[in-house]
Amino acid sequence: MKAYLTRRYRFSSSHRLHSEAMTAGENRTTYGKCNNQHGHGHNYFLEVTMSGKVDPATGMVCNPADLDGFVNREIVERYDLNNLNAAEEFQNTVPTTENLCIAIFDAVRGGFDKAHLERVRIEETLMNSFEYAGDAAPRC
Amino acid sequence: MVYLTRRAEFSASHLYHNPAFSAEENRRVFGKCNNPNGHGHNYTLEVTVKGEVDPRSGFVVDLKQLKEVMQREVLDAMDHRFLNKEVPEFMTMIPTTENLSIVIWQRLAAKLNHARLHRVRVYETPDLFADFYGEA
Repeated sequence: MKAYLTRRYRFSSSHRLHSEAMTAGENRTTYGKCNNQHGHGHNYFLEVTMSGKVDPATGMVCNPADLDGFVNREIVERYDLNNLNAAEEFQNTVPTTENLCIAIFDAVRGGFDKAHLERVRIEETLMNSFEYAGDAAPRC
Repeated sequence: MVYLTRRAEFSASHLYHNPAFSAEENRRVFGKCNNPNGHGHNYTLEVTVKGEVDPRSGFVVDLKQLKEVMQREVLDAMDHRFLNKEVPEFMTMIPTTENLSIVIWQRLAAKLNHARLHRVRVYETPDLFADFYGEA
């Protein structure tokens, strides 16, 4: 039977929202305080949801130890206590949480093949969260 | 369509062990969860039902009935129990969070009269949860 397994991770990063395609005035209007030239930071919570048939031999969709190994190595260590703007994937893309969801989704989809990646959800603060499920609609 | 979610908590112990695996394979696949003496969690269960709002009552479902069924079918059977030894389904099935969500769905679906189950979510810890939507 098909089930969904979600694992939650946390990392703390700084960023600055600034688009080279906009004027200084537009950047300030669009991003407000997030455009502060010195940047600022968040404690992010990341949820990674994998789906698939439950393996009768293990009772699992995928082994959380395998998922932890991949996500901690490729995502958490990459972003935790780092500046997102310095990452290669944000050289031409603004590190909004929307774009962070897409970058993490693509990294997990491309590098972890032990189950199907269903969606990525990120809480930037307690007040806002973002989800990306590729081409699929996220399940409520 | 409106969705209603009821939450409950239960505490139980379990261990992961497949008798078809060697001792070494069990340790490799299940790690610390293979400890033969078991270990425990405070589980949080979320049951989501769906339906049209009854124009007379304003309800999607009689919450009292949902609460009673959850109490009888899940909490009475699993709270402060050793899942592998005391819940019949887990005598032959590994009590992972995924399988808990499936077993709880099956127990509830058979007993709910009016509500249509949408999702069973089981949190093993705040950082790990499984969802089951009744899919084959």
